[in-house]
Amino acid sequence: MSAAAIIGEFLVLFGAIFYVLSSLGLIRMPDVYNRMQTATKSATLGSLGVIVGVGIWAISNVNSYAWLPKTIVIAVFLLLTNPISAHALIRAAYKSGIPLWERSVVDKYKEALEREGKEMKEGEQ
Amino acid sequence: MGEASKISRYLYTVIVLFIIWMFLTSSLDPQELEIGLILSLIVGALTYEVFTEKGLANLHPKRVAYAIAYIPYFIWAMIMANLDVAYRVLHPKRPINPGIVEAKTVLKNDLGKLALANSITLTPGTITLDVKEDRYFIHWIDVTDESVEGASKAITEPFEKFLKVIFP
Repeated sequence: MSAAAIIGEFLVLFGAIFYVLSSLGLIRMPDVYNRMQTATKSATLGSLGVIVGVGIWAISNVNSYAWLPKTIVIAVFLLLTNPISAHALIRAAYKSGIPLWERSVVDKYKEALEREGKEMKEGEQ
Repeated sequence: MGEASKISRYLYTVIVLFIIWMFLTSSLDPQELEIGLILSLIVGALTYEVFTEKGLANLHPKRVAYAIAYIPYFIWAMIMANLDVAYRVLHPKRPINPGIVEAKTVLKNDLGKLALANSITLTPGTITLDVKEDRYFIHWIDVTDESVEGASKAITEPFEKFLKVIFP
């Protein structure tokens, strides 16, 4: 077994473990916002591990270097788009009025929105 | 923020598209390179207006060097973030202390703000909820400091020293 195969297998295993943790986090966490934390982070790193791991594994397994650049491009696109979709989802959840967990300590966003609403009202008068 | 000339923006778009093409085909066969060059010239002509504002200035060696140095730093922060999440998920008491905090940034450029928001989302215990001009609203899984200054110091500053140079 060559070094590339060992590194590739390790990366795929590493990614799969984080996939499991990510789905476990969806069950364990109390509200949408905390679930989004675990789902986004672990799923992104898990995907990176699995995708790049497959590219490295292919070097020794099918004797081809052509897989690695493609997997790197896929990984970079995933890395750039995943946090944006998480941001859009969490913002939409907040805008549609889903409450924070009852033991959350602070909500600065609500304060800022209220301040802006007040300023708008004063501007109209 | 001034825009670069049309030619410089067009050339930058073509270069980026051509590099992506070379990665996707992963071959240096002259025929494939020719078709790739023609296609990137066409697609670049159609899309350069929305793609970039600075043009070739993005390829300044100092900025490219900082961007490359940023990659291992960012991946290390991401691995730490995931170990942190794993600890919180697996710990029987579920040690979370969430809240939405406000942080300020010194970045001026829209692209820099996007990169900072993405970095915040993928690093320990934070996720960007909204951006209004230079203020970030961040959902923090373990709030240690509620004030604006404290949150900025803990969340945005570690990345700003790189992003400030990459996106001036």
